[in-house]
Amino acid sequence: MTFKQYMRRAWPLYVMILPGVIFVLLFRYYPMYGVVIAFQDFSPARGFADSPWVGWENFEFFFSLPDFGRIFGNTLFIAIAKIVADQVGAIILALLLNEARILLFRRAIQTLIYLPYFLSWIVLGGILLDILAPHGILNQAIGNFGAPPQLFLGSNDWFRGTIILSGFWKNVGFSTIIYLAALTAINPVLHEAAAIDGAGRFRRIRHITLPGILPTIVLLAALSLGDVLQAGFEQILTLYSPAVYRTGDIIDTYVYRYGLISAQYSLAGAVGLFKSFIGFFLIALSYYLADRFAGYRIL
Amino acid sequence: MIRDNNWFSRLFDGFNYVFLTAFALLCLAPMVHIFAVSLSGRAPATAGFVSFFPIDFTLENYQEVMGSRTFSRSFLISVLRVFSGTSLNMSLIILTAYPLSKSPRVFRGRFIFIWFFVFAMLFDGGLIPTFLVVKNLGLLNTLGSLILPNAVPIFSVILMMNFFRDVPKELEESAVIDGASHWKVLWYIYLPLSLPAIATLTLLAAVNHWNAWFDGLIYMTDTANYPMQTYLRTIVVELDLTNVGIDPRDLQRLSDRAIRGAQIIVATVPILVVYPFLQRYFISGIKLGAVKE
Repeated sequence: MTFKQYMRRAWPLYVMILPGVIFVLLFRYYPMYGVVIAFQDFSPARGFADSPWVGWENFEFFFSLPDFGRIFGNTLFIAIAKIVADQVGAIILALLLNEARILLFRRAIQTLIYLPYFLSWIVLGGILLDILAPHGILNQAIGNFGAPPQLFLGSNDWFRGTIILSGFWKNVGFSTIIYLAALTAINPVLHEAAAIDGAGRFRRIRHITLPGILPTIVLLAALSLGDVLQAGFEQILTLYSPAVYRTGDIIDTYVYRYGLISAQYSLAGAVGLFKSFIGFFLIALSYYLADRFAGYRIL
Repeated sequence: MIRDNNWFSRLFDGFNYVFLTAFALLCLAPMVHIFAVSLSGRAPATAGFVSFFPIDFTLENYQEVMGSRTFSRSFLISVLRVFSGTSLNMSLIILTAYPLSKSPRVFRGRFIFIWFFVFAMLFDGGLIPTFLVVKNLGLLNTLGSLILPNAVPIFSVILMMNFFRDVPKELEESAVIDGASHWKVLWYIYLPLSLPAIATLTLLAAVNHWNAWFDGLIYMTDTANYPMQTYLRTIVVELDLTNVGIDPRDLQRLSDRAIRGAQIIVATVPILVVYPFLQRYFISGIKLGAVKE
């Protein structure tokens, strides 16, 4: 088949893909070229092409700041705690839901616990700011037990816990979906055979249900590696305040404040590039591990 | 059906039902509380007497919110964004996924195109460079800044592509023998067979557009252009009541806390309306994409 013959049939494919290619070039690849600002003393007036080059100066400056260890540590701590809480919670909830035999009950519970996932962090943040306020309903409730009011969002003792728990609230229900799917895929004959052999309910959970969802657990553990720098930008930007920068400031909020509020484009660009670079390898590694250990391929 | 009728198993069942019910109610309680506050009068709402039932029941908070010009304006911007943004997303997802779902023999260069998209998904240019590009294109303060930068959600393209690849090849082959072009094959064979996936991705895109607020915050320098969620942020998060667009005299009568509650609820209603569909399609779609091997 000559090229001309091939094109006579295939040309629409290239026309179809063209708009997508243009959008991705413009809004994904062109910004990648824009990361040069991390190596420049960038000013918008001079643009990408004419700003003076400074080499690794922005990175050296950032690594020398005390902020570096703080925001990096906060990001890792919050992200990893969230992943662990979310996955462990989801597995337990899925197992319990799977044991609840009344179908209508299961549906009702699922409907209620999935809902927060579909609400924005502005809506959830607005709700949290109200109920966690010094005179909010939660402080009133603990006040009934004689406890003094706590600043759940304004104190460094509480902030991370509040973030992890509210992230759990939004995401855990939804995370159960995939485990429930894995649970329904377990052949019921296995359970019946085990029951005939005299295995009680808990032995069946231990020896059939858990091994049945083990591949899913491994898969999600591998994929979650790609999220260890994702502490929840929109959530933290909504809920944090200068009082909790010490425990709650993360890479993304730092980039946002320095880059877009204080217009220190080059410093923020360097921090952002640092994160993108590590993030790229983490995600690539997570896909590799997911393929290697769980046979999962996105393509 | 296996029956476990020993006492321990029954005790576990009882505990399980109680625990799951309590957990679900705990997830819901904060929303119910805000809903109750939004329906309460000034005095009980401000003093914090309201728990899960409204006190001094009133709809005035909602009347006030709906009557506010800035609120309805931002609501309208969001509605416009959801419709235009979702249509753009879906057109591009389908048009991009179709060629990518072909074998390299049918679509030469597939390998290069796939990696072009996958690399763009994995490597993020970052917030600042993306912002500068949008700014340089003159998109600040336009609807374009909200819908163009993420016009091609690459992960959704990959899900769609995987779905297209499961369409039986025989259907396509018979159409091709009858002389159908790729346009016809896409329109008459792939699209009708992919409606569940399309419904799923459409809902996902629409919910994402409705919930998005950060792009509005950075790309709209004029607060009059804020979409709903971004506008809501100035009120419920920054607590900036000068921007509410509500007559200060009305605040003598009403509790600002109850008004904030009413705004939160109004912003949630569209999600509740599509929620049954979300549950039906989205959840099956998630399973489809996530456990695919």
